[in-house]
Amino acid sequence: MSAKPFLLAAEGLNKSFDGYQAINDLNFYLDEGELRTVIGPNGAGKTTFLDLITGRTAPDRGTLMWDDGKHDLLKLSEYQIYRLGIGRKFQTPTVYNDHSVTENLVLSLAGSRGIWHSLFGKISPLQRDRIAEILDIIKLTSHAQRKAGTLAHGQKQWLEIGMLLAQEARLLLVDEPAAGMTDEETHRTGELLLSLAGKHTIVVIEHDMTFVRQIARNGKVTVLHQGHVLCEGAVDQVQNDERVIEVYLGRKSKAA
Amino acid sequence: MTPNPISSRIHGPILIVSAIFLVVVMPCLNSCGLIADFTLNLWGKYLCYGIMAVAIDLLWGFTGLLCLGQALFFSLGGYMMGMHLMLMIGKLGQYKSDLPDFMVFLGHTTLPGFWQAFYSFPFALAMVFLVPGLLALVFGYLAFRSRIKGVYFSILTQALTYGAALLFFRNDLLMGGNNGFTDFRTLLGSDLRIASTQRILYICTALLLVAVVAGCKWLTKSRFGLIQRAIRDSENRVLFSGYATANFKLFIFVTSAMIAATAGALYVPQVGIINPSEMTPEKSLEAVVWVALGGRGSLYGPVIGAVSVNALKSWASRAYPDLWLIILGGSFVLVVMFMPNGIIGIPAQFAAWTARRRNRDAATAASPANRVTDP
Repeated sequence: MSAKPFLLAAEGLNKSFDGYQAINDLNFYLDEGELRTVIGPNGAGKTTFLDLITGRTAPDRGTLMWDDGKHDLLKLSEYQIYRLGIGRKFQTPTVYNDHSVTENLVLSLAGSRGIWHSLFGKISPLQRDRIAEILDIIKLTSHAQRKAGTLAHGQKQWLEIGMLLAQEARLLLVDEPAAGMTDEETHRTGELLLSLAGKHTIVVIEHDMTFVRQIARNGKVTVLHQGHVLCEGAVDQVQNDERVIEVYLGRKSKAA
Repeated sequence: MTPNPISSRIHGPILIVSAIFLVVVMPCLNSCGLIADFTLNLWGKYLCYGIMAVAIDLLWGFTGLLCLGQALFFSLGGYMMGMHLMLMIGKLGQYKSDLPDFMVFLGHTTLPGFWQAFYSFPFALAMVFLVPGLLALVFGYLAFRSRIKGVYFSILTQALTYGAALLFFRNDLLMGGNNGFTDFRTLLGSDLRIASTQRILYICTALLLVAVVAGCKWLTKSRFGLIQRAIRDSENRVLFSGYATANFKLFIFVTSAMIAATAGALYVPQVGIINPSEMTPEKSLEAVVWVALGGRGSLYGPVIGAVSVNALKSWASRAYPDLWLIILGGSFVLVVMFMPNGIIGIPAQFAAWTARRRNRDAATAASPANRVTDP
């Protein structure tokens, strides 16, 4: 183990569903400010891994420590984990369909999550500015009053990223942000994520290799296979790795 | 669901006028003799039901929690008030005893300890809030902590009210058994059997209804309301936005129970009786039907639903006693099939329908092909 403190450290994680080993002895370390891309074939355990981090499911074995071992994530519930600054964008865009775009962001704003505050708390001018700023970043300013349910798929994806920004998360877990987007939207999403790296630590799960090459140009790529880290490194290094080509890229190119 | 500009502009005035009508005009007409005492008393009952319907809407329409046990909280509030009213009968009962008649009948000679404090009206009033509130708190805590939701929550609430009804049917609970409490004489020194007392009770009910609707309106407009509806639509997402949804649901559940309880407490002196049949699952289901008919998620709809169904019931059960249930069932089916947003949704539905027609007419008028084929 390195002496440098990790933001997130997962060690010896195991999780099986009805005998199916979704996560198998997984070790994963994340530095503050990193933009990490996680790839892997279907069933490699990518989404399950995010479920473990965010407290949606509990592992059978292993440890998950946050912020240089200050917090044991396995002891916390979803909303407590969130309050540590871990935000998640789901694979299918999950926004509040019946709420306007602005209301979606209001609900996500960093701050008290108590009942009292929700009844009597007012939105400060500072928060109002922050919402305007986020609307601008996610290019939804002109749709601020629209119901989120009426947005296009790509816009919903952005709104969900915007919700993570509003919460001022330290770690953004982004599950397949480019799914269902046009090439241009995908590219813009990539630029958005790159611009956020450094300020936030980001883990992106992705399938689309063009997109991966775009966002992973400075960061590390982790390849998951059968719930285990197959290899880790720069994008070129990973793409030329024999094992990766065999289990993932090779199979994909054969299918194509 | 989106209101058209015209209906939203007349929305406010309609509400204010209805509130003034219920609180001021109806009692005035009654004191001039233009509305019969019987009718006003009936309306007092309807409005109590209306308050309970708003409480259900707060849970079901806004938070997605279908509680099939709301009549339990309503009746518990009623029972707490009933205990005070029973003690206020004093020696005027059948047996000329300080004890309530049913206790004398059961052979008791002293008042049980838990009845003593109910001589005090403030204590009884506090219990109206505390007993249903505590029950909701404990039940809700257990249910929401175990993440019981959807139909399982509904079934459990129904079981709760059924269990409570069975308990209250027992004589040894010392709560009047299946006859419950009745024969009330006075409340705060006023004779309950005279019109002016009943009129005051009616005014209190109407005021409470207005206050409850206004309070719920404020609640659902706040950020709390946003979270409430977010829980209804996507509870997991709310958890992942850092909100302890169980606490929010518990808060709403307890609030809703206490609102229903106050309605029950006002219902009992106006109707003059409370017994365990008021807390059976059927009663709760009936209240859910009022909300569905009136239009859930609207606060006003449930009041309209409660008043209109009960007015219909009063009329139909006298005019067509055999057909009454068929009429209720039929109207429920009609609403479910043709009016998804209930009675309150009709104007918007009508506006959408006329807009569609206008568009179609415009389209046919604009199409030259139509003019040619027309002989």
